[in-house]
Amino acid sequence: MASPESAVNGPTMTAGAASKSLRNAFGGVIAFIILVLIGVLAFSIRLFSVIKYESVIHEFDPYFNYRVTQFLSKNGIYDFWNWFDDRTWYPLGRVIGGTVYPGLTLTAGTIWKVVNSLNIPLSVETVCVFTAPIFSAFASWAAYLLTKEVKGPGAGLTAAALLAMVPSYISRSVAGSYDNEAVAIFALVFTFYLYIKTLNTGSLFYATLNALAYFYMVCSWGGYTFIINLIPMHVLLCIVTGRYSSRLYIAYAPLVVLGTLLASLVPVVGFNAVLTSEHFASFLVFIIIHVVALAYYIKGILSPKMFKVAVTLVVSVGLAVCCAVIAILIAVVASSPTKGWSGRSLTLLDPTYASKYIPIIASVSEHQPPTWPSYFMDINVLAFLVPAGIIACFMPLTDSSSFVILYIVTSVYFSGVMVRLMLVLAPAACILSGIALSEAFNVLTRSIKFQLPGIAGNPSIASEENGSSTVVAPNDIPKTEEAAKEKPAKKNRKKEKENVEKKPTPSKTEKRLLVLPLEASVIAVLLLVLLGAFYVVHCVWAAAEAYSAPSIVLTSHSNDGGLHVFDDFREAYSWLSHNTDVDDKVASWWDYGYQTTAMANRTVLVDNNTWNNTHIATVGTAMSSPEKQAWEIFHSLDVKYVLVVFGGVVGYPSDDINKFLWMVRIGGGVFPHIKEPDYLRDGQYRIDAQATPTMLNCLMYKLSYFRFVETDGKGFDRVRRTEIGKKHFKLTHFEEVFTTHHWMVRIYKLKPQRNRIRGKTKKSKSSRSVSSKRDVRGKRNPWH
Amino acid sequence: FPPVSFLSLHHLCLLLPSLPTDATAVRVLLSGDFKVSQAETRPGNDASDQLGAAAMEASLRAHRPAALLIFAFLSLLSVSSSAAQEIQILNAERRIDLSSQVAIVFLTLKVENTGKAAASDVLLAFPPTEAEHLAEVKAQAASGKKRKKTYAHLIVEPTDVPDAPNGAKGFRLALHNPLSPGETTTIEVLYMLTHSMEPFPAEISQSDPQLVYYRDSAYILSPYRIKQQTTFIKTPSTNVQSFSRVEPTNRAGMELKYGPYEDLPAYSYSPVLVHFENNNPFAVVEELVREVEISHWGNLQITEHYTLAHGGAKLKGVFSRVDYQSRPSASGVSSFKNLLARLPPRVHSVYYRDEIGNISSSRLRTDSRKSELEIEPRYPLFGGWKSTFIIGYGLPLEDFLFESTDGKRYLNFTFGCPLSGTVVDKLTLKVVLPEGSKDPSAVIPFPVEEHMETKYSYLDVVGRPVLVLEKKNVVPEHNIPFQVIY
Repeated sequence: MASPESAVNGPTMTAGAASKSLRNAFGGVIAFIILVLIGVLAFSIRLFSVIKYESVIHEFDPYFNYRVTQFLSKNGIYDFWNWFDDRTWYPLGRVIGGTVYPGLTLTAGTIWKVVNSLNIPLSVETVCVFTAPIFSAFASWAAYLLTKEVKGPGAGLTAAALLAMVPSYISRSVAGSYDNEAVAIFALVFTFYLYIKTLNTGSLFYATLNALAYFYMVCSWGGYTFIINLIPMHVLLCIVTGRYSSRLYIAYAPLVVLGTLLASLVPVVGFNAVLTSEHFASFLVFIIIHVVALAYYIKGILSPKMFKVAVTLVVSVGLAVCCAVIAILIAVVASSPTKGWSGRSLTLLDPTYASKYIPIIASVSEHQPPTWPSYFMDINVLAFLVPAGIIACFMPLTDSSSFVILYIVTSVYFSGVMVRLMLVLAPAACILSGIALSEAFNVLTRSIKFQLPGIAGNPSIASEENGSSTVVAPNDIPKTEEAAKEKPAKKNRKKEKENVEKKPTPSKTEKRLLVLPLEASVIAVLLLVLLGAFYVVHCVWAAAEAYSAPSIVLTSHSNDGGLHVFDDFREAYSWLSHNTDVDDKVASWWDYGYQTTAMANRTVLVDNNTWNNTHIATVGTAMSSPEKQAWEIFHSLDVKYVLVVFGGVVGYPSDDINKFLWMVRIGGGVFPHIKEPDYLRDGQYRIDAQATPTMLNCLMYKLSYFRFVETDGKGFDRVRRTEIGKKHFKLTHFEEVFTTHHWMVRIYKLKPQRNRIRGKTKKSKSSRSVSSKRDVRGKRNPWH
Repeated sequence: FPPVSFLSLHHLCLLLPSLPTDATAVRVLLSGDFKVSQAETRPGNDASDQLGAAAMEASLRAHRPAALLIFAFLSLLSVSSSAAQEIQILNAERRIDLSSQVAIVFLTLKVENTGKAAASDVLLAFPPTEAEHLAEVKAQAASGKKRKKTYAHLIVEPTDVPDAPNGAKGFRLALHNPLSPGETTTIEVLYMLTHSMEPFPAEISQSDPQLVYYRDSAYILSPYRIKQQTTFIKTPSTNVQSFSRVEPTNRAGMELKYGPYEDLPAYSYSPVLVHFENNNPFAVVEELVREVEISHWGNLQITEHYTLAHGGAKLKGVFSRVDYQSRPSASGVSSFKNLLARLPPRVHSVYYRDEIGNISSSRLRTDSRKSELEIEPRYPLFGGWKSTFIIGYGLPLEDFLFESTDGKRYLNFTFGCPLSGTVVDKLTLKVVLPEGSKDPSAVIPFPVEEHMETKYSYLDVVGRPVLVLEKKNVVPEHNIPFQVIY
């Protein structure tokens, strides 16, 4: 009720001088140009990968998305929904249309279609490569809009500029990184913007748009649950702090109703939108907001005395009903084994959950908790600006600024659990840092302006220009320690400033009294610019050096300065695609599943969509079994080729031997005869002469090191920095058919079955695989 | 005179539609001694031939009045149209070079006209198996004595040799000056055969050398009597496993000599088989699509899609990188890992990629006269392995496009495949003309299939006309200029 209405629209803009309209127009034009430049910046800073390497899809998941997009562009949307992919998860297959978040694919497919209907013959690959940079430009504009709603255009521009080049987001959206997150961050920020906009205006139009943006987010990324939990939390916060208003109702109720309806239209979500616990918070808050709305309504029509009576009545009855409902709810939820939560969500709530129960989630590096350096690497100076931003948000605490605070707090927690969710933190950090920087500049420039005689100008424009100058001035390269030295001092000063800023609105005379000394202001401005410059330098470095490598191509600098390219992955995939039969099945660890299907076009057993733990465990078991058993497992699955990644020759550390313990763990999780201690000598994982016999005889070891000793005569593994334990051995059930130039990928073929076989009756595929697994498990199997 | 001959033949065909080999029948009827000589030359075939001749005779009788009239013409013309019996070859020498994957045959014929009328063309014959693989036939007539020898290029065109046994295919060489009776001339013929060497054993392991069969005839297949002939076969190495003997046969080092054989009748054939080692890369481009896009903004963009295969003996089973890297001389001798593309000078923005991205193993050398792009496929190609890739480059338009005074434009460009030492099974060349250009036509010195397409490129409204030229069996000798006029 008493929420400040006009303050939201930004005191900086309205606090202009007399010729307001002209100045506003001028400021608007400048803001627009800056926004366009920010968009260009966001796009172009992500092109390092294309310039340094090539226009190619990166990593693993993007290859799957690329393949889906190819299918979509070739076969159309209806075939896409009904696509049953038989080239993966052999022999199970995978229903792609129903298990994939289609937002990214549909977006790129639409772009491709539009572009081609204009007779611009871009290939699907090109469109896919550049989708992420385009959407990061959109994301920074969305950040502008959001921050503008919270703290005015100056903060908005700063936040947009910061987001355009925040390393955390760059890492997921360089050209070629064609992943869900690329569009999802835009959708996330834009949904939040529309929510705030609705909250500020109370317009149903924006509420509808908000639901649509939420729908797009649901289409794009599983992270949509963050929205559907954060917004209810904020609504609840508003209600609890007595900030309930009809605007809040309009912002929330249509979102839940429309949003849930729309979300359930997405095949991958479907009834999960009402059935899983991730969504229950929103429904609970939906009920609460209605109760509160009813209460306010009744309060409005009743006299205070009557109201008190009514409250006691309603509260007593309501509590009873609520207890009953909650009890039922809890009973329902508790009846399901995971309490209705998916594994990844549970990991979020209980960080130790995955490592305890689901090794497959824990085995993914991006699901690990981040380290402190990774915070500095990914959000850099923003980490120090965020507290200032939080304080600035409290200066006048509005609905919107409280939302931003809630956003940063929750995302900080989530990013602390999973390094991948650093991505959610990045926009929040940018928005708050934008607010902090903008407020600081505001104060400082105002104090300069009031002390310098003869200069009368619009402070907001000045702040904008300063805000953007942090972006445009990357030339002066400051030293790290310099910036670090300045930071605490600045923070304190900023806090002061914000304290000072606390009452800017009442009158101008008061403002004039609260100016800082001229010298201090000038120095502070300079230091802030320096800080911004440091941030820019770091971001450009991160974009150019750290996050642009496509990971399928590795490069190393030779001693004479030349560049040596390791293109072994594509060499192997290309060999597979041209020199094996189209229907051959290739077994490899799941990391390479997406790439094998996309680049080599061969059927794989398991891939990066780790939906079937048992199947992955089967492959893990085969890799950790002795040759004969492994051959039997693979043969029962119709596997023709086995692909292993081996870095021992060139020192490529993320090879299969280093991942091998996960195979053992995941395999052992389902097939108990695989025991992790068998592969460890005194708790140590080693492959040298001290290694256990189980280790030295397992398939992974043999396939990796087959004839390795002949390269240098000793068999020195450059990754493990040791000589291998077992040097000379022969393969009886596998034969080497291809090894790439640097030995990074080795492909083996299963030797055909010998002529003399026991009278084995043909069984159906599934029962055969089961029986062979049993066979592996124990030799007492009566079927053999 | 020639128009009359054409007309009369045409009439004859009209009159006797049921007789495709009418001219033969006519000749058979006219000269009895020829029939005998033919019967001699083809001991295996004569029965059926005589049967056929008898049948023709019978049907000819039915049309006697009309036919007789034409005989009068034909007897005059038969010499010039296809006077097989009137020419004999005094001396023939054939040199077969088998040192690459293409069999290059150099044939020198000393031709004498023994007839009474002047002969205007000479026929060559090829067995049908060879004719399929025939990539290119070139001929030139030498005139003058040793020092002052001049060569005149002869037009070669495929023709039906009506009386050829076993479906032998013929080529007609049109002489510039008709050979008058009793005169001799020397004709040099160069032809190339692709896929004529068959790997045996068909599957080899990584350390084996590649052995191939080459099949041919010890005698030169010819529709004429050959007085004296010799055949030399040059193998790439001294390792010749076996060869058929048709005495006299000699072997010296890398050369096999068949002959000299004296006075052999027309269509003599004696199959020989040579089994020898050939480790040259059998780089076969199974399909090549070259797209030449003309932009009047000043650029000629060329995109070439290759499907490359190793056409030699297949690799059996194991490929071991250890062996390949540590013993390069003893392992995978028949494999190849790099190719050389000869591109025009002033080439720019060259790229080399395949469907999954850039291939980093390539080097470009340019100078003022030529550009050489050395490319390595992603992996070395062993027998039976395949690979696909794309090469693209831009060229300055002014080097290739010229405008004539009547407003037409000429594109002069090179046909064929820029990769040296490869054989292209099917080449499709697409010339994408600027939007709105009209009446394109191609001028090419050898037969190709032509048709038109439309392509939509950047912001096109009506689409660009595309002239598509297709040719099978392309060898490096087809890298000669052609013109597109529009």
